[in-house]
Amino acid sequence: MLFVESRQWVIPGDLLAKGEYTAGENVYKDEEGFYASKVGLVDFENRVIQVIAVHGCYLPSIDDLVIGKVLKVGLSEWVVDINSPYKGILFVSGASGRPFDSRRDELRDILDVGDVIIAKVLEFDRTLDPRLTIKGRGLGKAESGYVVKMTPTKIPRLIGKKGSMIELVKNRTGCQITVGQNGYILVIGKKVEDEVLAVEVIRMIERDAHTSGLTNRVGEFIGKRK
Amino acid sequence: MVGKVRKKLVGKGGGRVDGRKPNDLRPIKIEIGLLQRADGSAYIEQGKNKILAAVYGPREVYPRHASLHNKALIRCYYRMASFSTEERKSPAPSRREVEISQVIKDALEPVIFSEFYPRSMIEIFVEVLQADGGTRCAGITAASLALANAGVPMRDLVASCAAGKVDSQLVLDPNDVEDKEGEADLPVAFAPQMGVVTLLQMDGLLSKDEFDQAFKLAVDGCKQINTLQKEALRGKYLAVGAAGGPGQGEKGG
Repeated sequence: MLFVESRQWVIPGDLLAKGEYTAGENVYKDEEGFYASKVGLVDFENRVIQVIAVHGCYLPSIDDLVIGKVLKVGLSEWVVDINSPYKGILFVSGASGRPFDSRRDELRDILDVGDVIIAKVLEFDRTLDPRLTIKGRGLGKAESGYVVKMTPTKIPRLIGKKGSMIELVKNRTGCQITVGQNGYILVIGKKVEDEVLAVEVIRMIERDAHTSGLTNRVGEFIGKRK
Repeated sequence: MVGKVRKKLVGKGGGRVDGRKPNDLRPIKIEIGLLQRADGSAYIEQGKNKILAAVYGPREVYPRHASLHNKALIRCYYRMASFSTEERKSPAPSRREVEISQVIKDALEPVIFSEFYPRSMIEIFVEVLQADGGTRCAGITAASLALANAGVPMRDLVASCAAGKVDSQLVLDPNDVEDKEGEADLPVAFAPQMGVVTLLQMDGLLSKDEFDQAFKLAVDGCKQINTLQKEALRGKYLAVGAAGGPGQGEKGG
């Protein structure tokens, strides 16, 4: 039996359903039924109930594309801020192709504190800090651009259905945008004005993430500003 | 024998110093998400109490050795501003503040899924800007909303309210005068959906019967406060959602 409708707002402790269902994300179960554990919108798929959260922190998962900032250079690794409770670790083997020789090479020559990287999560479980790699297509050090921070739970909205939203923003602002699943977004434009516009649009999407017809309004907004 | 002469706190008709009936709460105003820098925040005004709660986390633990391998470390800081009381309070943390910090943490921990974020910490700050009795309760009410606003996974919200005994009369939500001059004070925190009491303290003397009644009264107050909490939390998002209705295509990518 269901106690809520699809796309209804729920808050922690709200009873969602009783009976033969499966608890999805942000839903917990006890002997009585299924309850929401975060503030968000209810979503059903077959008999899986989940809550699409409005707020929350980023938990790394394997193969996620993340944008990170180097915090510390160690002896054979970098410690990277990836906007998560856990710091990302990037070993030399994940950064350069050739073998690292400490007598000849200096880690700081490859990446230094403050550098922004586009990375992928190699492995993560809750006993181990996330290990990153910057080897691969589209990965590596970011040489220019803006890094914008967004609530990680709203990243799917920025991407949109099959990437509709992010494609629109990219095409209309003429910026190259790399969306990290961790809530950091790298914006690289040809002109500073383009970058500023793209950042403003991202802020707008974050603010209105849970309203409908957003893609159209974003299009109109860019049209007005251009 | 000459006793201290004082005004009666509960009149013949059951009217209290601030004009409330024995079973009345003070007027409550709640605001959510008003701090930009914190991950989650809430503000509550309960009568003359003004309390701000902020939540940070889950984030990295400092110092590292304090981290727990199986769950998130929860830290709570209850603090009264120097200007919150009638006489200036020394800004140094008092024994009382340390104790209440611990009590608030214990009242909230049962509803937090702290096992989801091992080796991290969640910090809860409760700042009392103006105090008028029952600040620990109002602090818990606000802190649980700040946690929900931060997106910390929770089993339930926690609402908190005290009952007291003043001039041999059981009253709900005693204010500062009633708390200090009264015979007993019984703060309770309650998670309504789970039906769990997460805080129960008693100061003063109550008979067994009185205790039972006062406890019932306080739980009733918690339920009323919980209704206000839910309204505030829902209201925050419905107000924005009303512009375009609930969103579509939230998923994807």
